[in-house]
Amino acid sequence: MIDTLRLTAEEARGLLDRREISGAELRAAYREAIDSRNEELHCFLTLVDDDGNDGVPIALKDVISTKGVRTTAGSRMLEDYVPVFDSTVADRCKAAGLQLLGKTNTDEFAMGSSTENSAFGPSKNPWDPTRVPGGSGGGSAAAVSAGLTPWALGSDTGGSIKQPSSLCGNVGLRPTYGTVSRYGIVAFASSLDQVGPVTKTVRDNALLYGIISGRDDCDSTTVDVPPVELPQAEELAGLRVGVPKELNEAEGIEPGVASAVRRAIDLCSELGAEVGECELPRSVEYGLPCYYLVAPAEASSNLARYDGVRYGLRRDADGYYEMVSRTRDAGFGDEPKRRIMLGTYALSAGYYEAYYGQAQKVRTVISREFAAAFERFDVLVSPTSPTVAFKLGEKTADPLAMYLADVLTIPPNMAGLPGLSIPCGLSEGLPVGLQLIGPQFSENTLFRAGHALEQALGFDGVPERLR
Amino acid sequence: MAITRADVLHVAALARLELTEDEISRLEVQLNDILAAVGKVSELDLSEVPPTSHPLAVVNVFRPDDPRPSLPLDDVFANAPARDGDHFLVPPTGTGEETAP
Repeated sequence: MIDTLRLTAEEARGLLDRREISGAELRAAYREAIDSRNEELHCFLTLVDDDGNDGVPIALKDVISTKGVRTTAGSRMLEDYVPVFDSTVADRCKAAGLQLLGKTNTDEFAMGSSTENSAFGPSKNPWDPTRVPGGSGGGSAAAVSAGLTPWALGSDTGGSIKQPSSLCGNVGLRPTYGTVSRYGIVAFASSLDQVGPVTKTVRDNALLYGIISGRDDCDSTTVDVPPVELPQAEELAGLRVGVPKELNEAEGIEPGVASAVRRAIDLCSELGAEVGECELPRSVEYGLPCYYLVAPAEASSNLARYDGVRYGLRRDADGYYEMVSRTRDAGFGDEPKRRIMLGTYALSAGYYEAYYGQAQKVRTVISREFAAAFERFDVLVSPTSPTVAFKLGEKTADPLAMYLADVLTIPPNMAGLPGLSIPCGLSEGLPVGLQLIGPQFSENTLFRAGHALEQALGFDGVPERLR
Repeated sequence: MAITRADVLHVAALARLELTEDEISRLEVQLNDILAAVGKVSELDLSEVPPTSHPLAVVNVFRPDDPRPSLPLDDVFANAPARDGDHFLVPPTGTGEETAP
């Protein structure tokens, strides 16, 4: 009997390697879990019956193109879109023998922090189904924590891997920009989008990162990546851990979140790390405004491709321009429209320098502040999300309140830095995530620190109501 | 700089979005709120700071200009709303009252 709530991908691979279980039996176990819990949690938008592989199962966020398998990006615009090619990450998963269980729910075009912007309805948090799983990759995060898949891939622009992992109590890595191919990923903001693993353990995360990362000829922004090292050490001797004041004292951080993170920081010292304070004077204060200019500007350009001509929805009209405008009004939900409008405005004549141009300069300021902090520290720590999982509907009426969910994940993202979220405790019975930030290409350091902390924390990632 | 209804209509035309009356009035309020928040970037004097358009210090990427097979045409058209032979079929442009915004 396989307990999908507890089985890690590494353990699953061991069972397969030792022929103690077949790939078909493994798939059947996850399908059973999906059949019993997906109706309540709505993690999957599309299920795949058999893709011919027999390795460890995986779920992919529905912005990741899968040949022959519907890829909606959570949008009416792509409701019936079936890619004719695989994204590089889907291809690499296939080549590693991973079998695809299905495609997971996301905020429309990955724009949101709760999955409530999905055109197909929200996913629910497995710890408390009256609460959101975070977003945009809430489907992947909820599926991992609810035992519906051993691991999954997400994509992270402003926090769409890290924040849902924080809210669902699992491990999410937003890798360094350029380490994982974006070929075949439904584009949102191209200078920020990055695919990454969502897993139960840090070691699983390193394994999956090893499978998907590395240079890809189809994405010229990718680079060579240092070999991935599976973390083993259970101490942090010699590691210099910085605690940025602004990321840990930002307005809106719940007391329960702050105290769980504080305990994890104390644990770093106990494990042998040198812990010290540092500052990021402008990165947090100006990070969110910077992001909400850069990302919508890039989105307004990327989403121009949805014109009813080559693929996706079309609304008929007598004239071409009328057809395009009508298609875009019918196909996009409120959040993509808001961001397209914001981005188009920020890029329009007369406003470009004041908004987009200035935001690009703020981005430089943020990169410099992090670079200065990394002269003294190997890793920076903070809460991943200022709050635990919030109630469904709590922030849907106020876009700005929703945007604040990513206030702590955005600053490192603007600088192209990797960030790992690991669960570090509970507040009000809900998981709290610890964000570990490193310099570019420092994934191995993040895995090492994350693994040692994970072992020492002993967090039980299975939602209490499912135990 | 407050966004007016006319601005919303102008930007919607640039973005090729045919908005409903309800969407226009909602966006007028929301865009003003959001721009007030993001306009905070203008508080900083960054005249000496270069812009960042890309997070990595990568300059150029080259590959040999060798011909490679592209997708078969039937795959290219597999998701097309309307096809006419080897062309995507769309309604006529520039007919009647309609012109590019």
